[in-house]
Amino acid sequence: MKAIKVQALSKKYGEKEAIKGIDFMVEDGEIFGFLGPNGAGKTSTINMLIGLLKSTSGTIEILGRNLETQKEAIQAEIGVVPDESNLYPEMSGIDNLTFCGSLYGMRKHDREKRALELLKIFQLEDVKHKAFKAYSRGMKRKLTIAAAMMHQPKILFLDEPTSGIDVASARQIRKMIEDLHQKGTTIFLTTHYLEEAERLCQRIAFIVDGKIVKTGSVETLKASLHDQSGLLLKLDQNMANLKQSLQEELKLTKVEEINERSLKIVWPPDQELTPLFTFFRQKEVHILEAKRMEPTMEEVFVAITGIEHSEEKGGES
Amino acid sequence: MNKGIALLSILNKDIRNYYLKPPNISWGMIFPLAWTLMFVLRSETEVDLIEILPGVMALSILFGTTSMLAVTITFEKKQKSFERLMLAPVSLYSLMLAKTGGAIIFGILNAMVPLLLGIALTGLRAINWPVLMGAIILIAVTSTFLGLMIAVAAKEVFEAQTFSNFFRFPMIFLCGLFIPIQELPALIQPISYVLPLTYGVDLLKVAVGAEGILSVFLNFTLLLVFSFGLFRYSIHRMERNWMN
Repeated sequence: MKAIKVQALSKKYGEKEAIKGIDFMVEDGEIFGFLGPNGAGKTSTINMLIGLLKSTSGTIEILGRNLETQKEAIQAEIGVVPDESNLYPEMSGIDNLTFCGSLYGMRKHDREKRALELLKIFQLEDVKHKAFKAYSRGMKRKLTIAAAMMHQPKILFLDEPTSGIDVASARQIRKMIEDLHQKGTTIFLTTHYLEEAERLCQRIAFIVDGKIVKTGSVETLKASLHDQSGLLLKLDQNMANLKQSLQEELKLTKVEEINERSLKIVWPPDQELTPLFTFFRQKEVHILEAKRMEPTMEEVFVAITGIEHSEEKGGES
Repeated sequence: MNKGIALLSILNKDIRNYYLKPPNISWGMIFPLAWTLMFVLRSETEVDLIEILPGVMALSILFGTTSMLAVTITFEKKQKSFERLMLAPVSLYSLMLAKTGGAIIFGILNAMVPLLLGIALTGLRAINWPVLMGAIILIAVTSTFLGLMIAVAAKEVFEAQTFSNFFRFPMIFLCGLFIPIQELPALIQPISYVLPLTYGVDLLKVAVGAEGILSVFLNFTLLLVFSFGLFRYSIHRMERNWMN
């Protein structure tokens, strides 16, 4: 059984078609990354999957159930961590958790026990009686995730879980995601941190302008950039004046200056290195170090979406 | 899943977070008390006092329920915590009944202040209690659902407050509380009959021994129709505006 199965899903806001008939599947127990530039349709898709937004057409099946007809049964099995916290600022950490547990019909004793367990896991025991509004950003994020985990959902939707929080909290959240995965929870993750997606996700789908343009494992996505694979060269002298001739003579698609004496060039793994060495020998430049560079997820993102990732960071998802 | 736990928990949370806060308790007590005292001071006899009781109770309920509900829902919507509720595995109808339950109880308790004062001052011997209590409950329900309709239309808390006044103040003058409907200009009279408070006030008047315009049965029926209609319309608007 697929954890999530989406077919021909579309969403129109007035005349604007935000989601254009997308199809994808999430396997049971996998961490599925859903990436794309700002305004590509990530949040609209998530909101449709969790039942907060009605689709214009298409079908959504979660854990084998149709969302249209069995929304309540589905909502009982999923947990949602939105990009912005949705807990009650005036209520304490523990009260927020027990309240969220009660929304899923948990009895008083069970929800109190579970709340204490999660507060311990997220190291929030010391602040459990503090009002949520007094929490730091990292603590707020952790409590929001804990709230979504109260009823032990089978699928957890995480929208930018580590966005804008301190390194220690982000590491803790990533560790928690890995632990949940180990225990068999299916995770649907959106993030702006591509290294995070690379590290955590088994498969990633890229959405651009309301369409899914690519889906695959990190390895297959990187392999699709085989021709973009690069070499990092450390040289014994400044290469600034030779950069252009290097690009022209060897017909290189990309020469990137990392610093005065380091260059990154596109050089597919199966391409012979002799012309490169000949070039440098002729110019009396010595190669001190040559290192094969696999395409990064950022390069994969740029190649697939056509948008520089640096423009994306910190923006709306 | 035990949905009762979820719904009671929402009601309990709202009562603790909003209605039991000192400013709201004082508002709920002082506002009806002030209305009652204002009219008591003007009353010369016990009969006068009983006559003004329906008006004071109706106003206390109307102001208590519409303000609170419109503001709390708009506030929760703005700070996103309302989304948390919408993710709960309960139907939107049940969720909104739980959400409005607190305001209905608050409205009923608001009406108790002038009622208890009336009992203390006059003994209220000739009261038709079943009609009085039924009217109080249904005025609280319709006013709360009116507040819900306002909350669904408003994006900001201040908008909710403005919309509330837009509905409330004309209602006070057109529902027959101060000016009998028959004495209103003929062009305005139809407006009175589309206001739920008109039928609630009519019932309250009957309950204290005055003459009503419509029969008790018809008043109750119309209030139930308004309750159902306002609630259904608000849910429809929520689905259309918030989930589309």
